[in-house]
Amino acid sequence: MKQINDPGSWNPYLAGALSGLVAVASVLFTGRYFGASTSFVRSAGMLERLILPERVAANIYFSKYLQPGGSVFDWQWMFVVGILIGALLAATTSGSFRVQAIPDMWQQRFGRRSGLKRVLTAFAGGTILMFGARMADGCPSGHGLSGVMQLAVSGLLALVCFFAGGLLVARLLYGRGGQQ
Amino acid sequence: MRLLIGGLVTGIAFGFLLQKGRVLRYDKQLAALRLQDMTIVKFMFSSVLVGMVGIHLLNDMGLIAMSLKATQVWANIVGGLIFGVGWGLVGYCPGTSLGAVGEGRIDALSGIAGMLFGAAVFAEVYPRLQNNLLVWADYGKITLPQLLGVNHWLVVAVMVVLGVLMFRWFEKKGL
Repeated sequence: MKQINDPGSWNPYLAGALSGLVAVASVLFTGRYFGASTSFVRSAGMLERLILPERVAANIYFSKYLQPGGSVFDWQWMFVVGILIGALLAATTSGSFRVQAIPDMWQQRFGRRSGLKRVLTAFAGGTILMFGARMADGCPSGHGLSGVMQLAVSGLLALVCFFAGGLLVARLLYGRGGQQ
Repeated sequence: MRLLIGGLVTGIAFGFLLQKGRVLRYDKQLAALRLQDMTIVKFMFSSVLVGMVGIHLLNDMGLIAMSLKATQVWANIVGGLIFGVGWGLVGYCPGTSLGAVGEGRIDALSGIAGMLFGAAVFAEVYPRLQNNLLVWADYGKITLPQLLGVNHWLVVAVMVVLGVLMFRWFEKKGL
């Protein structure tokens, strides 16, 4: 395990196991399983409602998740916002907060002036990813963590496919052989 | 209200651990997809294995209810592969993208904007998919133990053993 100059990092097995306990506690105390992508549907519907209210009201998919005039804030939406706050707390209290627009690995591969390319790729990737997550009915939280914990066949299938697609694209972007 | 606070507190705890485990970063996510550094896989499977034992134990005691997503083979596979392609490009997933912003990785903002756009695109396409691809090979809410017709603890035990063997292999290979 490489942990050079990385202030405040914890062993990933420990951090992972603790987050498993958090997931179990959540189910025990509030009956809620981890998930994230549904909140993006609710947020997208809320934003689109500002400019195209009739279109959102008439859309059967948005209607599944957004009541007319209803609030977007629910358990999962607060959970997703909480992730940002928790990460901010952990990063700022350990000196590992760093504003960075281009990830190191991306910079090594595509150069220091590849910022625009990174912005566009991240946007396109985000679009494709969320389209797939909604088609599969979940993301690595809902399927990968909550689904696999319950040994749901849907979760196991989706998780294998998440990695299969990701491995393929990583190879196309960075080439084979790992170390370059 | 209690639920909203519960969600926020749970999210804060999870986000804190995600950051501590170093799984929020593009470099870590891509390093796993390039088979160079399995940090995110270690985190994820540690979480899953602990959760798996806990959930099945509490469920057997009648303290919690399961909440399964339906197994719709085509939707799970095709959607999962599309997700993977997008994930390889953006290098964050929906939950971790927010956490990445929390530790200063502002390229995740562009990814989040894309994810919101992708959700809106899916809402437009959904009416055309809802009666075909999304419901092809729909097996309902099934678990692996149900599919195999065995006791769930047998499957949990096998998963734990496989998980530990995988962890040992990662450490042996220095991944």
